[in-house]
Amino acid sequence: MPSARSEDRTELEAIAKRLRNHIVTATTKAGSGHPSTSLSMVEIITTLYFGGVLRYDPKSPHDPDRDRFILSKGHGAPGLYAVLAEAGYFPVGDLITLREMGSPLEGHPNMCRLPGVEASTGSLGQGYSIGIGHALAGKLDGRDYRVYVMIGDGESEQGQVWEAAMYAGNHGLDNLTLIIDRNGNQQTGRVDDIQPLDPLEDKLRSFGLAVKTIDGHSLDEVAGAFEWARSTTGTAQAVVANTIKGKGVSLLEAGQDKWHGKPIPPDEEAKALQEIGASL
Amino acid sequence: MSFGLTRIQLEEGAATREAFGETLADLGSDERIVVVDGDVNNSTFTNHFMERYPDRFFNAGIAESNMVGIAAGLAACGKIPVAASFSTFIMSNAFDQIRMSVAFPNQNVKLVGTHAGISIGEDGPSQMAIEDVALACSLPGFAVLVPADGPSAAAATRAMIEHEGPVFMRCGRPKVPVVYPDGVDFHIGKANTLRDGDDVAIIANGIMVAMALDAAEGLATEGVQARVIDMHTVKPIDIEIIERAANETGGIVVAEEHLAYGGLGATVAMVVAERKPTRLAFVNIGDTYATSGKPDEILEHYGLTPEAITDAARRVLKD
Repeated sequence: MPSARSEDRTELEAIAKRLRNHIVTATTKAGSGHPSTSLSMVEIITTLYFGGVLRYDPKSPHDPDRDRFILSKGHGAPGLYAVLAEAGYFPVGDLITLREMGSPLEGHPNMCRLPGVEASTGSLGQGYSIGIGHALAGKLDGRDYRVYVMIGDGESEQGQVWEAAMYAGNHGLDNLTLIIDRNGNQQTGRVDDIQPLDPLEDKLRSFGLAVKTIDGHSLDEVAGAFEWARSTTGTAQAVVANTIKGKGVSLLEAGQDKWHGKPIPPDEEAKALQEIGASL
Repeated sequence: MSFGLTRIQLEEGAATREAFGETLADLGSDERIVVVDGDVNNSTFTNHFMERYPDRFFNAGIAESNMVGIAAGLAACGKIPVAASFSTFIMSNAFDQIRMSVAFPNQNVKLVGTHAGISIGEDGPSQMAIEDVALACSLPGFAVLVPADGPSAAAATRAMIEHEGPVFMRCGRPKVPVVYPDGVDFHIGKANTLRDGDDVAIIANGIMVAMALDAAEGLATEGVQARVIDMHTVKPIDIEIIERAANETGGIVVAEEHLAYGGLGATVAMVVAERKPTRLAFVNIGDTYATSGKPDEILEHYGLTPEAITDAARRVLKD
């Protein structure tokens, strides 16, 4: 049976720093990709894979009893790859092949090429529905695995997200947790200026979901939210994680609406890595 | 419906959607099979499965994008999901979900689109899938099936479930003439020759197969022997049978209840152009949307008749 890894607080902080380091170095070397999108979700994925949440075994990535994490916001691939490498699905050294011809670390996740990737994503809005399929299969087969799906707040403009929310909410899929990485920005500007989502929590509740809002960079709050999700019965859950796009790199944080899909320039990389302060 | 048949007697049988629905329910003892339907189960006839296996039936509501995504997730967990709706709603509404969540990751999802073509009649063009075969054929890895009658739709349903990988099966609304009264040998990618002849070949699928047989009967009275091929699988296409027809006859007529672009005609033309160039003629809806009306009236208006096939055969032979 796959099991969860529970690292202590000091180690979780160290892992989060390493993920940020990997995200920056891989995208800067590739010369393209979405570091700011990946950096906003670091504490969430660190907690999922190392904070006692996901039960998984990198040596048996298709174990039918594993918990699932589906990254619907597929452009966050550098973050997903970083956490999968740290979790042992493939060597950390492979991260530097991001986006290279022949590498399974494609620009957006490809489940057929990389173990640990649960869904091929990148055309936004689709992961939550796939997660429902996994959740229904789990109920049918009497397996107690849980399914976690992460979407972005900009991605929430897609109608399919709300089709899925309606289904999950109406069918009591308590083995399914939606995480909204609410970093407040999308490609050309702030979500609030383009397609405001508020009142987001009320919208989600009205679709039948149990909702909890947290600071997505607080390891304690993230852990608490997943504990809450696991103990919620009879209702699908949504965790609204308020985050900062580009978190951990001052250059990106200072211009959150300007760095979508842009790697840190090589001459800024050393400063960014110093700020992150990972011990590798 | 007469489908314009005047020269041959074919018993009217089940609609292809009925044969699909009944066969699916018969296969339901296989617990891997699950059904996701877009709230049209009494039209797609997945209600037969629903009644027998309610735990494995999911009504996704009128939300085809979510429906296809759910099917993809179920497939990723080892299920054999059958996602069914009107063909235009599943293929056109959910096309990106089919591309991204099913085709690209090569998920073992079976898409069944009913009420395809213009033979649905009165409901009109918003409900008529006339581009669905082109859309399905454009997806890498997909098998695309267009059965002609009840027996072959039943056989196609079994083949679809046994096939590893994504499949689109196109079914129609009306009851259709039985072209396989004595049973059908159905293999994905292997077309069936229903009538021998060396003067001209007629390659057809769906409701056009019965019309092709009727046209062949008429051509025989003029001394023209037409070979009739049921190309029930558009992808992967049966290259050998097309090449043989091109080699052994004076030309090929391709008949389908679909737009001109991207369907069976275009696929046959690719094979002919590469393997054995020959004279071709096409019977299809052309490049237009249809209208409301009685099915036979619409078929005649848009040129999907035995006479249209006969005329096309004469054009081929004249050159």
